[in-house]
Parts: sequence; structure tokens; C-alpha cells
Amino acid sequence: MYRYTEFDEAFVRERVAQFRAQVERRIDGSLTEDEFRPLRLMNGLYLQLHAYMLRVAIPYGTLSAGQMRQLATIAERWDKGYGHFTTRQNIQFNWPRLCDVPDMLDALADVGMHAVQTSGNTIRNVTADHFAGAAADEIEDPRPYAELLRQWSTDHPEFQFLPRKFKIAVTGAPADRAVTKAHDIGLRIVRSGQDTGFQVIVGGGLGRTPMIGSVIREFLPKADLLPYVEAIVSTYNLLGRRDNKYKARIKIAVHEEGLDRIRELVERRFGELRPQFAGADQKLLSDIRAMFALPPLTRAPVMRFETARRRDPAFRAWTDTNLARHRDPDHAIVTVSLKAHGATPGDATAPQMRALADIADEYGYGELRVSHEQNIILPHIHRSHLHEIHGRLKIAGLSTANVGLVSDIIACPGMDYCALATARSIPVAQWIATRFEELKIEHDIGPLKIKISGCINACGHHHVGHIGILGLDRAGVENYQITLGGDGTEDAVIGQRAGPGFSSEEIVPAVERLVFAYLEMRKSGDETFLETYRRTGPAPFRTALYGGERARAA
Amino acid sequence: MPRIFTPKVITANALMEGDVVYLTADDLWTRHHREAELIDDEAHAQVRLLDAERRCDEVVGPYLADARTTPDGPAPAHFREVLRTRGPSNYRHGKQVGLV
Repeated sequence: MYRYTEFDEAFVRERVAQFRAQVERRIDGSLTEDEFRPLRLMNGLYLQLHAYMLRVAIPYGTLSAGQMRQLATIAERWDKGYGHFTTRQNIQFNWPRLCDVPDMLDALADVGMHAVQTSGNTIRNVTADHFAGAAADEIEDPRPYAELLRQWSTDHPEFQFLPRKFKIAVTGAPADRAVTKAHDIGLRIVRSGQDTGFQVIVGGGLGRTPMIGSVIREFLPKADLLPYVEAIVSTYNLLGRRDNKYKARIKIAVHEEGLDRIRELVERRFGELRPQFAGADQKLLSDIRAMFALPPLTRAPVMRFETARRRDPAFRAWTDTNLARHRDPDHAIVTVSLKAHGATPGDATAPQMRALADIADEYGYGELRVSHEQNIILPHIHRSHLHEIHGRLKIAGLSTANVGLVSDIIACPGMDYCALATARSIPVAQWIATRFEELKIEHDIGPLKIKISGCINACGHHHVGHIGILGLDRAGVENYQITLGGDGTEDAVIGQRAGPGFSSEEIVPAVERLVFAYLEMRKSGDETFLETYRRTGPAPFRTALYGGERARAA
Repeated sequence: MPRIFTPKVITANALMEGDVVYLTADDLWTRHHREAELIDDEAHAQVRLLDAERRCDEVVGPYLADARTTPDGPAPAHFREVLRTRGPSNYRHGKQVGLV
């Protein structure tokens, strides 16, 4: 894991000291809100519906056990005893008092964390595959590159006032678990002959105008990463539309100028920048890479795992859904669900965070990850320890066996917290999960991704949900629009709007009708919801949603 | 035709806690919507908003929110404002803790 250098430490401490003085000047009245607002946003502090909210970056989703414990302490000491893990691998504290925020930031700095550039028109937290460094299908761990990007982008003087926010995602595996095609820049480590390099994707994004990114460079040598990314952001900084907030993202620039024109400008800028990178970045990268080495893995028999699977059905069900293939066959990647049926997606209490930290320390080499799907990952677990871990998770209320299933829902905070939201999303997630738990059919339904956003900005990734739900305000009433067939993987597709929206009373029955239509139409238990949708097209699903009602109305 | 003015209250967030507050007729910030001044004159609303905006060492982001008259005092008109009088729906946090 990356450990702060003296430079990182000094930078973060200085930023906290500056912010402490800024908060004092705001409280004593020397700064107006207009003056203070950009300063607090630079440090991740928002003002939401009921309170301030502090958004803390978890770079590329990687956390140590010690960092997780500190998040628990912060939640208890300065918040209401819990934290909310987000779709951008951040954690948000929903109830801080303004005067406490500098102390919270100091407590974060104590464990090598910060809230810098988690807001504003800057390069945001660089996200990565949450199985990075562990997955069986991985070509190379992408996190050293993500850390290099974090250091390069933090306080980068040219990129503090971009036309709009800028999001970069990195993956080192062919199976795209980082939604790279829905980011301003997506980086995928690929092979070409003996070499590995990056496929560079540009101009993806969700929000008001969802777009799948385009490949701007099929194969970028790894040593060219920083100059090439800098060339893209630099080109965008000049081209991006500052006249209209809704047209200011790079996806609009790519759409309006055309990919070829953007590529030509980027290559020209790259030609200017490349000679300026004389190798210091590569020296730094090799130092960083050493910190991401795989821990020395346990060697022990795995028989206990199979025995426990035979004897304990609850454990078996959990291993069927919550494990993923590790690069070492005796190890597994554990996804700990933060989606207990009826709970708030992505929320963890302080005791739960501590339980996870303890398990990571005892069995998981002290490593944890946060996924954009709002779950926690134990990336390296020897199979012989899985049964004990399952027992420990059960005590902590963290053993829900639903990863990838209908109740493993992504939901943004929505109008329960967010000042931008147009409708609530958390209760919709709670109702859907509770309903399918009552029906006891989610294991029969199989893989199905439901994603819910409480406004058009799409923090809940609804466009790439197999079933996407978008909450809107229709004449002062919450209304939920359904999209179908979205996909956030390497085959990324934006979902199609099904038709008119549903009220909050109608939305759960509508989702239920979609799922039952799928169960009737699937060719076998192996055909997933998304496969059935792709085979049949939207028509039968639309009939399931609207057919009956239209027939009654006629 | 100009839009007909509908009754409003002035609301904001308290500087220190971020908690939702409302401006009363006697220039205090209250945490309870029913104690807010209900303003049914557009010109008066603009003057009161200017007054509120000057108090930037007490509150953040004052604005006019639609409200309606009830026997218990002004009540919010839109569901967003209803949520702001209570707190989130997933936990008993925020104002609802103190409500009966």
C-alpha cells in the first residue's frame, strides 16, 4: 500500500492549516459565504439539505485497516456514528459541524488521507477496479499508475479551474469493473505482443447527456502516461465550453469537435509535452510500484473451506455470491455487502468499520477496498479462513449474500441528503430490496444490477443499470423513470428509457413486473436478465410495464 | 401575464451546523417552519430576502420557499421543503429527533 512521503505529509498538513484559518475567518465574519464557498469546496466540504457534508477521497478505492479504523473514529467523534461509501470510491460524512471540519481533516492526515479535490472543477479522485492487485484476470495492478496520477493531478496549477469536473478511472483487467467507458478519461491496461500499455478512452460520462467514451489511443506506452493524459486535459482546458455548465464536460467537446479533431489536437500537445517529462515521473513510478507489491501469501491447506461449504448452507450461499477469483487459487476476493435488505446502500456504522478493519488485520494482510458499487472488499483472503470470517461478518451484520443480485443496489443519497436531488433514491432502494427478500427469489433471478439516481446528474449510474431508475420532480411530486438494458462493463451501453415514469407507490410493482417478465421469458436459468433483454429487445419489457394499464384504460 | 405571487417563507442553513432555519417576523432565525414569517407580498418578500442575505455571519444561502397557511402556522408546500423540516427518511436524524 502507498505510504505518504514527507512531501505528501507536509502538503496535506499545510492545506489543513490553511483551511483551519479560513474556517475561523468565516466564523468570525471576515469571509462571506461567496468568498468561503470555493475554499471549502477545494477541501471537500459541501452544504447539503440538512447539514454540511465532508467528502473524503479513498484513492483508487484502497484503504488500510488503520485508515478504516480512523474513519470509524471520525464517524463517532464528529458525526453520527456512520459513514456513506459512494459510487466514486469516496466516503461521505453527512453531519459535521463547520468548526469541527479542520480537526476531522487533521485526523485524516494522521492516516495519510485527505479531502482535496473531491469537489470543484478539478481532476477528482482517480478511481480503479476494486479488485486491483488481486483479480485472477488482471494483466497488471493499475494502482501504481492511479497513484502517479493522483500525485500529478493534486494541486496541478494548470488544472485548478477546468471548464468542469474531470474524472479518471483505471483498470488493469479485461473485465471492466471500473466503468472506464463512462469517465472523462478511461485507462485500460492492454497487451500488444510482449508489451503492455494503455488503451485510452476519452469523452465518456453519465449525467444529463450520457455518452460512452471513444478510444483515442489504442496503445499508449506506459512511460507516456502522464504527458499523454496532460495533453488531453490541457486540450480540454482550452476547448471545453465555459459558457454553459451543462455542455462543459469533455464528452461535449469530443461530440462537437469530433474524435479525429480532438485526437489531432491532443497528439500535437503531446508532442510539446513529451520532451518535458525527462524521467522523474518514471523514477517516482518505480518507487510507488514497490509499495503495491502483493503481500507474502499464506500457504496452507484449503480443505476446511470445502468442509464448511458442505455443512453450512448459509456459508455456501454467501460463497456462491460474494467471492471472486483471486490470482492465487488458494485465496479468494471477498466482497462484503453493505446492502443488507432494507438498509441504506453504502452505509457502514463505526462498529462495522472496526469489525472490517480487525478482519483485514487478522486474515487479510491489513488491506481493504471500496467499490463503486458501494461495497467493501477484502482483496486477499486465504480460503481456509473464509468460514471464520463469515461468522465474524454475521455478528457485525455484514454477511448478506447478495452481491450482484437484485438487492445489491447502487443508490445515490438523493433528496434525503443532497441539495441537488429532485427525488429520493434511498427509500426506493430499501423498498425494492425488502420486497425481493420477501419474495425469496433473488438467488433464482441471478445477476441483475439496479442503479438509482435521485437527479439527472446520475451519481447512482442509472444509465448503466440493467434496470436504471431516475427520480424526478414532476409538478411537485416524486416520479421515477425507468431505463432498461444499460451495462457498465467493457461492453458498456447506455440504457434506453422505457416510457412514462412511475409514482413512488408504483415503482416497486413496476420493477417486480419487469423481473417476472424476465423469469417467464428466459430460455434457462443461465440466461441473465441482460442477456434476455438483449435477445428480446425492449418490447416485452415495455408490455410488462405498461401493457396491463393501457389495456385497462382502453 | 405576470405570475401570481404565492406565499413564501425565508429559509437558509445555519452557519455552524448547517441546520435548516427560517426567518421570523421579529428577525430571529427559528428551527421550526411553523414559526416563520409567512410573506404574501412580493415586494415585501424581496426586502426581507435582502435583510436575510446581509446576515451572512449567521446563515448560508437564504432563499424564498413556497409555503401555505395552516392553523398551526406556515407549512411547506413542496416535498423538498417538507424533507427539510424533518431530516432524512432513512434514519431518525436531524430535526425529526426533537419532533413529537
